[in-house]
Amino acid sequence: MNLILVTFIILLTFTSYYFGRKKALVIQSSQRLTALPKFYGYYLAAWCAAPALIIFVLWSVFEPSIVKTFILQDYTDQNLTKNELQLIYTKVKALAVGTYTGNITNFLDESANKYIQLKGIANSAKVAIILAILIFSLSFAYRSVQKNDRMREPVEIFLKWVLFVASLGAVLVTIGIVFSLLFEAIRFFQAVKIFDFIFGTHWYPAKTFVRDGQPDPELMKDAFGAVPLFAGTFFIAFIAMCVAIPIGLLSGIYLSEYAGRGVRKYAKPIIEILAGIPTVVYGFFAALTVGPFVKEIGNAMGLEVSAESALAAGAVMGVMIIPFISSLSDDVITAVPQNLRDGSYAMGATKSETVKKVIFPAALPGIVGSILLAVSRAVGETMIVVMASGLAANLTINPLESTSTITAQIVVILIGDQQFGDPKTQSAFALGISLFIVTLLLNVIALSVVKKYREKYE
Amino acid sequence: MNSFKKNLLKKRYNAERRFQWYGKIAIGLALSFLAVFMFQIFSKGYSAFQKTWIVTEVHYDKELLLIDAESPSKDDLENADYYDVAYKAMTSLDPGLPEEEDRQLIQMVSYKYEAEVKDLLLKNPDYLGKIVPIKLTASDDVDQVHKGNYPRDIPEENRRVNDYQLQIYDMLNERGDILLEFNISFFTSPDSREAELAGIASSFMGTVFSILVCLAFSFPVAVLAAIYLEEFAPKNKFTDFIEVNINNLAAVPSIVFGLLGLGVLLAVFNLPRSTPLVGGITLSLMTLPTIIIAARASLKAVPPSIREAALAMGASNMQTTMHHTVPLSMPGTLSGTIIGLAQALGETAPLILIGMVAFVNTIPGTPVDPAASLPVQIYIWSESAERGFVEKVSACIMVLLAFLILMNLAAQIVRHKFEKKWS
Repeated sequence: MNLILVTFIILLTFTSYYFGRKKALVIQSSQRLTALPKFYGYYLAAWCAAPALIIFVLWSVFEPSIVKTFILQDYTDQNLTKNELQLIYTKVKALAVGTYTGNITNFLDESANKYIQLKGIANSAKVAIILAILIFSLSFAYRSVQKNDRMREPVEIFLKWVLFVASLGAVLVTIGIVFSLLFEAIRFFQAVKIFDFIFGTHWYPAKTFVRDGQPDPELMKDAFGAVPLFAGTFFIAFIAMCVAIPIGLLSGIYLSEYAGRGVRKYAKPIIEILAGIPTVVYGFFAALTVGPFVKEIGNAMGLEVSAESALAAGAVMGVMIIPFISSLSDDVITAVPQNLRDGSYAMGATKSETVKKVIFPAALPGIVGSILLAVSRAVGETMIVVMASGLAANLTINPLESTSTITAQIVVILIGDQQFGDPKTQSAFALGISLFIVTLLLNVIALSVVKKYREKYE
Repeated sequence: MNSFKKNLLKKRYNAERRFQWYGKIAIGLALSFLAVFMFQIFSKGYSAFQKTWIVTEVHYDKELLLIDAESPSKDDLENADYYDVAYKAMTSLDPGLPEEEDRQLIQMVSYKYEAEVKDLLLKNPDYLGKIVPIKLTASDDVDQVHKGNYPRDIPEENRRVNDYQLQIYDMLNERGDILLEFNISFFTSPDSREAELAGIASSFMGTVFSILVCLAFSFPVAVLAAIYLEEFAPKNKFTDFIEVNINNLAAVPSIVFGLLGLGVLLAVFNLPRSTPLVGGITLSLMTLPTIIIAARASLKAVPPSIREAALAMGASNMQTTMHHTVPLSMPGTLSGTIIGLAQALGETAPLILIGMVAFVNTIPGTPVDPAASLPVQIYIWSESAERGFVEKVSACIMVLLAFLILMNLAAQIVRHKFEKKWS
């Protein structure tokens, strides 16, 4: 039904474009045109498509929830919870479509009939309204075409609005992120105190699984302490930085200050390949090669090493991050004005002294910014940790033990079927919003540092 | 010059050389990581492109097939009973084996061997009543033994292939009845629980559909948004806000987009779970900022003289933009889009959250069929304990990397071939 309607609107739009252009040629024989003939076509087409499609989309978005309220009105006197109502509505819908397999009560049957009826009414109303709008807007547009009004300006204003709405897309995505995370997280914080979440030291959500009824609030208090996860996240990010900062920074300096053109031309893109490799591939590498390797070395030295050590995950993550730091610091160092270097050389400093005492301090803010960006990347990294680091949230600072991170826990909780309304599922969204806030803060700080730095030398 | 100064100079020059070496070592380390990494993947994975077959003889005995008709039709062949025929084909390898031990022989081929026996007859109906050689897919244990990935000298109870099976394997190998051929089924069959049958067709199609959906959603919106922000947006607080927003969105961890997909697309809009449609939309939200940033940079690079010339000829702002600026910026925009899509191609975490990690053993035909994607397939297989999957994972990684290299090459070509150089 919807498909037919949309096809009809689209076909009508094309027809009105050609009709408008033809009409313009007819007008041309008696009057001077106000715009190129195709603008007459665009004008009609825009008036045809835009109002009808807007109404169509709005209708399709709101129809289900309106129908749902009508159906569930019959159940308001039964004192049901939200979840039970949702279940009933799902049953009614399934019954109406004919895919329901449970036993059918009279009440359900009645509702299903009502549902079919409502759907029918809604459908015919939709078609009627859209046809009416099409007729109305087309006849309005046609009148202005006949009067030979200005055509190009309204079309361009319309296009500008289309562009504007598209640019709102990015804002919409942000709003969507914030609201979807907040919505579930708030419900989570109704069940678990925000204080227990931020300062609790035990993360063990599986404990709250209860088949029927509500989990024990005492259990909940002790199961959702996110401190081990925050600690694990930053610990692994720290290990990654220990690998990435020296290697990345030194290669960045070498590439920008020492390397000849040939080396730079080939080495830089090759190092950047490291950033293009999908993280799941790094995860596989960490779990299958680096993890056992670290364990073997540790055992040979008489240390007890977990097969899923934080060290393995962090080191591989560090390798992944090398190109971020090397490229960014390369850019930053190249941006340091040449006269600073020349001044230093003129005083008799060697190249490395210039780098260490003049260029590095001058580029420091930019380098700090790029390191912060890399940290935010490491904090948000998921697959390496899921595959190579442990899934149990240990509070530890021993790099040879296993530990878990925010991202890994989100995956562990949400893999497979989720039940919305369960505190365990909601806790993933609470973790998600903390991750979002942490990375956002890191980015805002990093970007403002870099921006300040740029202004200094421009 | 006194010796103190000489020493100092020497020290300083040594420090200089040391510093240079640090830089060289750092670059060398980074490059050697890449080399080790590639070597590991290729050395483990190349064998997955080969498949081990066991050749035996099958007798298409009419009686055992329970075919009565004199000249059986296709339907008769379709409905015949192949169990006994297939069973005999395998047990004939060692006729002296007592019946209760026959599982040892059967386990040397994949569990689908009966279907393979059937397919051969359906393809060649004239084999009926004859004894013909047949290739059967070896089980993944035999496969791994043949490729030399299993050590044979460890105690029997630690091995997945026992002494008797090894003995049969050696006998067959000497006769030349173990074949190693190019593994077509790795590319044509869907995922399976059995390593020897598992292929990447389902996840490959899932990836293709997700990327197409991603492109369809993100490209138009991103290009239009970039045009607005670069060419029309007035300089005010609101457009500043949009800009900051886009920059921050580009740095949001991918898993958060997975949560968005789960919380909005699945829970609110009730789109079908585990499908490339939802996966593609989720990925498109992620690539949106990347494409917007690339498109804006590329619009910015079009020199103002082009705009001024068009305006001087009497074109309106919109005409200038649509007829001149945007077409000239397209190469940069397109190469940015391809790079954004390549990033999306390697994403795993958001797809896991929207359920594309489910076991799918059919090849999806449309974007609304359940599917996996290549990176998710890598994750699924690497979580599996069987040795046979390790080489499959490496092979799947190679396919994924090949895909990525192709896309990046395409981006380079688009950029260098079509981009105008202004100077």
